[in-house]
Amino acid sequence: MSEPREELRRANARLGARLGLMTLGSFAFGFALVPLYDVFCTITGFGNQKALAQASAVVPEVEDDSRTVTVEFVAELPTVGNWVFRPVQGSMQVHPGKLYQADFIAKNLTGHDTVAQAVPSIAPGNVAGYFHKTECFCFTPQKFSKDEERVMPVRFIVDRALPKHLDRITLAYTFYDQSIGTGS
Amino acid sequence: MATHAHTDAVHDDHDHKPHGWRRWVFSTNHKDIGTMYLVFACTMFFVGGTMALIIRAELFEPGLQFVDPQFFNSMTAMHALVMIFGAIMPAWVGLANWLIPMQIGAPDMALPRLNNLSFWILPFAFMLLLGTLFVPGGAPAGGWTMYPPLALQAGDSFPMMIFAIHLMGASSILGAINVVVTVMNMRAPGMNLLKMPLFVWTWLITAYLLVAVMPVLAGAVTMLLTDHYFGTSFFAASGGGDPVMFQHIFWFFGHPEVYIMILPAFGVVSEIIPTFSRKPLFGYESMVYATAAIGFLSFIVWAHHMFTVGMPLAGQLFFMLATMLISVPTGVKIFNWCATMTRGSLTFEPPMLFALAFLFLFTIGGFSGLMLAIVPADFQYQDSYFVVAHFHYVLVPGSLFAIVGAVYYWLPKWVGRMYDQKLAKVHFWLSAIFVNVLFFPQHFLGLAGMPRRIPDYATQFADWNMVSSIGAFGFGFSQLLLPYIIIKCVKSGAPAPARAWDSAHGLEWELPSPAPFHSWETPPSAAVIARGAEH
Repeated sequence: MSEPREELRRANARLGARLGLMTLGSFAFGFALVPLYDVFCTITGFGNQKALAQASAVVPEVEDDSRTVTVEFVAELPTVGNWVFRPVQGSMQVHPGKLYQADFIAKNLTGHDTVAQAVPSIAPGNVAGYFHKTECFCFTPQKFSKDEERVMPVRFIVDRALPKHLDRITLAYTFYDQSIGTGS
Repeated sequence: MATHAHTDAVHDDHDHKPHGWRRWVFSTNHKDIGTMYLVFACTMFFVGGTMALIIRAELFEPGLQFVDPQFFNSMTAMHALVMIFGAIMPAWVGLANWLIPMQIGAPDMALPRLNNLSFWILPFAFMLLLGTLFVPGGAPAGGWTMYPPLALQAGDSFPMMIFAIHLMGASSILGAINVVVTVMNMRAPGMNLLKMPLFVWTWLITAYLLVAVMPVLAGAVTMLLTDHYFGTSFFAASGGGDPVMFQHIFWFFGHPEVYIMILPAFGVVSEIIPTFSRKPLFGYESMVYATAAIGFLSFIVWAHHMFTVGMPLAGQLFFMLATMLISVPTGVKIFNWCATMTRGSLTFEPPMLFALAFLFLFTIGGFSGLMLAIVPADFQYQDSYFVVAHFHYVLVPGSLFAIVGAVYYWLPKWVGRMYDQKLAKVHFWLSAIFVNVLFFPQHFLGLAGMPRRIPDYATQFADWNMVSSIGAFGFGFSQLLLPYIIIKCVKSGAPAPARAWDSAHGLEWELPSPAPFHSWETPPSAAVIARGAEH
């Protein structure tokens, strides 16, 4: 009588432990979704916004002046009142293949020296691969002393291979003050 | 009394129940733990219901009358967390505890001490969660989905909510592990998998879903915690993270989670309808496979909760079509229940009434879900009251009605007494009418453009909001009948026979009423199993 009961107890413990391992596996899978998400974005080319924050080695090629693309600039602040941040011009008409420069103005109103980081984003998401920046204020954190105002350039080339149906690209920057945590 | 309990407990705690508080705090008995789960769920149901009534009182008329907007937002977030993790899920675990050992011919759950632990985690989890109502900054107000960065912009409630969710998750995972081990290892000889009642089957699949996705939620909220306190940037755009990724991870948990809440309801309805139709369940095996198919599909449709955040066209098409595909196995179930009733000799006892209301009203919720699955339509419905109406139709007359139906179905077995059926029918009709008065107008409000989670609204929405609020108060107060009927039954119900419903099949009805403290100390014979498994 006690023999099979003991055996059942052991079998239960074994299966319970196996399910415990499965639980740990699921927990690890939750974290594995983080790199998988990036891989997915890179493969599909969609929303691969991380490439926007890096300089690309593309040199200006022959410009395609048969085609004009409108590039719009958007500047956003996650909190209101402690910064001025805006593009100098709202939009530009550009020809694919040619190097252009656009300027953004930022002013530190926080009342102290601080460092800010601009995070780029582009719409529609799948043009990220056709928008090359040779220089951008978003590549590095920007130091600002108290009340400093500065014009910051971004130099870019729209790829000649940009799909034909696209004639409008929106480039947006969100300007994060690094002295403020996400929690405030 | 205390000395009495002491002598008893020392000598034979295996044969007699311990008395007093020890019986509950140290309990390893599946029935006592099941009772505690159900009492806990009922308590949380009224706590969450009170929050819902605060919301509906504020929305009774346009303008701000009773609460400030921050508290209103806390109420919507807390109502969801309390109802999902405190009422519906513990109620299902409680029913699993009570029924699974009786239905598969086992003496108890496989891991009784784990069972005790998984229940007793819950009161502490909810002390933490409800405690947030009293801390500086107030309770979580960013919605139960905890999207960053909004969810991070809370006061002291934030870490309390995260740890409460960790605890609730641990409790459900332990409960799920126990169910799987019990079903796999503890079945009586001769009770093979395809003889098991559907409630056991649906719970087995639910348990696997729980083990697969609750840890993913634990991971997601842990990432929120480290983003907030330890400088990581999983979701913080300023550090190179992506807040949209949280939504993907959350809904990878969240969609299976909604099936965790509804699959056991399918099991309950699959037991009640045959009993009161006096016919075996139509298409038993297809029911099992349909449940498994729904469980599988639940993992590949998550992004339909977030079409509007932006994704490639191919992604939208995939998630739209996969979502619509779910209506196929669900349709199999609905048609099987209808076929079971066809040419049956139907009677309308309270459990059957709740099961029938489930059938009608859950299907309405299913259809509005199909509407939401259509990507271009979803862009209009997103975050409107139409969504609120949709998920309340599948959760209230869906999961909740099935839970109440299950209680009315098995209560005579649990306590050995019959409840006041006339009063239970009054409870049913009040619930069925008011639930529609409450939620049906919300479809109109949503289609007309009323956003959810806002304490005020344009005057064009005033009429239907007033109707909806009247329904809410009617529904809320009529639920007080449920504990009254149960208490009255326990105290003074007429004795119930072992087979409380003359046409009920299943091993639990072969046990005397009330069910003995230990269920099947000697396994049921092959003949008894065969009689029980006539489906």
